[in-house]
Amino acid sequence: MRDVAVIGVGMTKFGELWGKSLRDIFVEAALAAIADAKVDHIDSMYVGNMSSGLFVEQEHLGAVLADYLGMGPIPATKVESACASGGAAFRQAVLEVASGASDIVLAGGVEKMTDSFDATAVLATAADQEYEAYYGVTFPALYAMIANAHMHRYGTTREQLAMVAVKNHENGSKNPNAQFRSLITIDDVLNSAPVADPLRLLDCSPVTDGAAAVIVCPMEIARQYTNSPVKVIASSQASDTIALHSRDDVTTLRAVAKAAERAYSMAGLKPENIDLAEVHDCFTIAEIVVTEDLGFFEKGSGGKAVELGWTQREGGKIPINTSGGLKSKGHPVGATGIAQIIELYEQLTGRAGERQVKDAHIGLAQNMGGSGASCVIHILQSV
Amino acid sequence: MPSPRYTRENPQRLHLEAAKCTKCGKISFPPRLLCPNCKGKEFQKVQLADEGKIVTYTVVRVASRAFSMETPYVVGIVELNDGVRLTTQIVDCAPEDVTIGKPVKLVFRRVQQEGNSGILEYGYKCRLV
Repeated sequence: MRDVAVIGVGMTKFGELWGKSLRDIFVEAALAAIADAKVDHIDSMYVGNMSSGLFVEQEHLGAVLADYLGMGPIPATKVESACASGGAAFRQAVLEVASGASDIVLAGGVEKMTDSFDATAVLATAADQEYEAYYGVTFPALYAMIANAHMHRYGTTREQLAMVAVKNHENGSKNPNAQFRSLITIDDVLNSAPVADPLRLLDCSPVTDGAAAVIVCPMEIARQYTNSPVKVIASSQASDTIALHSRDDVTTLRAVAKAAERAYSMAGLKPENIDLAEVHDCFTIAEIVVTEDLGFFEKGSGGKAVELGWTQREGGKIPINTSGGLKSKGHPVGATGIAQIIELYEQLTGRAGERQVKDAHIGLAQNMGGSGASCVIHILQSV
Repeated sequence: MPSPRYTRENPQRLHLEAAKCTKCGKISFPPRLLCPNCKGKEFQKVQLADEGKIVTYTVVRVASRAFSMETPYVVGIVELNDGVRLTTQIVDCAPEDVTIGKPVKLVFRRVQQEGNSGILEYGYKCRLV
């Protein structure tokens, strides 16, 4: 297998993009990535997208988007793993280049959510439609049940959940592409509208339109395009039961732990070697559980770690979600996994501006689908 | 919901029909073709225990359109006395009466209604014992 590098990135602003269509935003992001990488062609393309069929009644996205990108004859495929679709699309692009089948591959992600009349119902299709959603379970409800169990077992507090959102908004305030750049307080979170107890509106990632794209190529030719390629040193993926209730322990996400184990082994690294991480904070509790299952903190102490400031951008042990995370940057489902890779790329190449982490050389991106039934992890390193 | 799907799922929703692996004894609900524990392919039809306890729960305040008239309602994961876990609404109580570990009993209830004149969809919910 060949070593693979990221050589260019591009994304739209994330938010309520009423004036633009799904294909408009994808093309905008893809053209920006192509221009950033200075490539004159692409050999193949993967598009992460969860549910264009339900959100905007358009499937067959590979062909639609290759057409509108003017890349007609190239192979183009939509990749779906619920909210992990973007990470899964990136993984397919990396594997295609690593295998030697293609040289220049675009991995993109897109979701147009605000055109939908019932986003809650569409998102619930990532759960067990027959044995969870049928009984009225929503996505916030699944993570709320994880939160209640985590609070009950480990003493995680309501305030600690809020601190995740406060931190991510602070990071997002420095990200020009973020949907919500406002600073918020713990009281703002605690007084926001209840969604599924104990989670409130400001514990939840928003409904977002957005697209993101990156270009990957073999490491050996990366310097023909850029002086600052970023190497992909691990790509892993794992699955768990689709229904949360099928798991013996609802306070841990086994797919995250399993994918992390594989990724660390592939990269020859330990959790303490990671300089920063973008993790899937679809809800505040998710960031707490995931940072434990990634091995950054002891099981049960993720809430305490946030409270002690260990995940802050400045002065923390390991900065988590410097982009603002899904919470502040926004969560256009299929684009999220790609946007995480973009944040790592910008941090590792020193382009992250006001939110730049000093001496960042190794970054980890963790993207997951459903209540953790899919997890994709990538580790990137500056070279 | 397409009516073939509704009909197909009736044995589980209405009679709590599950499949017990004849090799390792693990009960799968809903029934599966392959035992997730031992990969066995032979099963005996069993009925789930109808009592258990609450593993975790939440009070849903914002629901999808199909359930928006019912908020707030409690949903939880329940572990039945035979070890099977399922997701269900916890009804006939105030949300603040629900806590982790409380004993519950499954009951037969209407779950959804398809439009104003569509089929009524039934299933299990549970109440505090």
